[in-house]
Amino acid sequence: MTIKGKAYIAGIYEHPTRHAPDKSTAQLHAEVAKGAIEDAGLSKDDVDGYFCAGDAPGGAWPMVDYLGLNTKKLRHVDSTETGGCSYIIHLGHAAEAIAAGKCSIALITLAGKPRTGVMPPRAAGAEADFESAYGATTHNAYGMCAMRHMHDYGTTSEQLAWIKVAASHHAQYNPHAMLKDVVTVEDVLNSPMISDPLHRMDCCVVSDGGGALIVTTPEIAKSLKKPLVKLIGHGEAMKGPRGGKDLDLTYSAGIWSGPRAFEEAGITPKDIKYASIYDSFTITVLMQLEDLGFCKKGEGGKFVADGNLISGVGKLPFNTDGGGLCSNHPVNRGGMTKIIEAVRQLRGEAHPKVQVKNCDLAIAHGTGGLLGVRHAASTAILERV
Amino acid sequence: MVDAKKYPAPVTNPETAAFWDAAKQGKFMIKRCTACGEAHYFPRSICPFCYSDKTVWEEASGEGTIYTWSLMRKSPTGPYAIGYVTLKEGPSVQTNFVDCDLEKLKIGQKVKVVFKPTDGAPLPFFTPA
Repeated sequence: MTIKGKAYIAGIYEHPTRHAPDKSTAQLHAEVAKGAIEDAGLSKDDVDGYFCAGDAPGGAWPMVDYLGLNTKKLRHVDSTETGGCSYIIHLGHAAEAIAAGKCSIALITLAGKPRTGVMPPRAAGAEADFESAYGATTHNAYGMCAMRHMHDYGTTSEQLAWIKVAASHHAQYNPHAMLKDVVTVEDVLNSPMISDPLHRMDCCVVSDGGGALIVTTPEIAKSLKKPLVKLIGHGEAMKGPRGGKDLDLTYSAGIWSGPRAFEEAGITPKDIKYASIYDSFTITVLMQLEDLGFCKKGEGGKFVADGNLISGVGKLPFNTDGGGLCSNHPVNRGGMTKIIEAVRQLRGEAHPKVQVKNCDLAIAHGTGGLLGVRHAASTAILERV
Repeated sequence: MVDAKKYPAPVTNPETAAFWDAAKQGKFMIKRCTACGEAHYFPRSICPFCYSDKTVWEEASGEGTIYTWSLMRKSPTGPYAIGYVTLKEGPSVQTNFVDCDLEKLKIGQKVKVVFKPTDGAPLPFFTPA
């Protein structure tokens, strides 16, 4: 049993807003749902599967009602919550549901407004009394990963900076990007230290916004007018310190989700023409590239240096929309926009200055939670038909 | 400075109450499984490694080394250093480093436990040994 080729991404939509104080979160979900449904050339009444995560106000059933989905038809719901990679996991689960005949047109939505206001806290886990007082935040949790990676492998701040430099080269062509200025390695190193060893420019932006996908059967996708993009491999995994015995912050659960996806797809990292890699921080990208097998563990620093991630310059063009580091990071969750830019690349709809030539195989990979504490990861491999 | 910081009181629950009772006596406890012999942290009643329910409380030495750390330069309560300590007994624990120059922390540095008061049970922190 495999989901290889059983589901196509027929609709994508990224909300152009980066700051939406005048809109409600549910409204943003509706706007991205409408955008993706229209992009696919479908109607909301065609949707028979709905997927959302913790950002959806009230969860799945209030959202299904608010969105006015056709409840006589809707027959599959999934509200898997794994932080920023939820939507990459939803993509895989939608493919599983479609392959099993449980739905045929799945809608996945993400939206929220962390730039406008503070997001509600996550429910406490069993670890709360033993961790919450220590103030783990995204900045310092990823700072701890970077600190140990530098210690074990000699990774440098200059090497991390190259990831931001590459993202900024792409963002200059994205009219919606929050940060459009091209920056240098020196700019990154001279930006204020936020949580050692991460500088401000090692960190992603905080933005309002959202995005949505339509996932469907091969037959329905072929009846629509969009270029065909199919899911050929998917993986998901989780990782934590497990009683304090397994603490190793130099790798992520991507070390498991990646090979699962590549094995299902029947390809290797060398075949990938474009990579969407979650970039909550520069170190996130470096660790993921290693974990996914684009280079050996510990060699991520060398791999990303000297523009290797810049489209048209390096060997592995990444995050050609500018990613979380420069464009947006809707709801502090980067998984959705990673899929959307990968689909744009495969459709040939990326900005001409960053469009990868003959882009037929792409990866969209993300993590959720904190790499420095406990987290999930998900990998999707997409092919242009 | 760091001593003036107000820390939240642990909520505690039946599974972990003994840890906090011991903390009030200045003892830093870990759990050990008598079936597989492995120690773990934070404490669970079921061993996360072999799923035996034969876990027992053990007072740890409170000594360990810094696995990693990061100095948060700004926060509403001022700078603080978060990190992990690998205990002599094996498990790694998340903590803050206190009562020291936070800019001079080093991976591999020896540290020891120190308790800080809350409105409830005290919380364990680590400081250079």
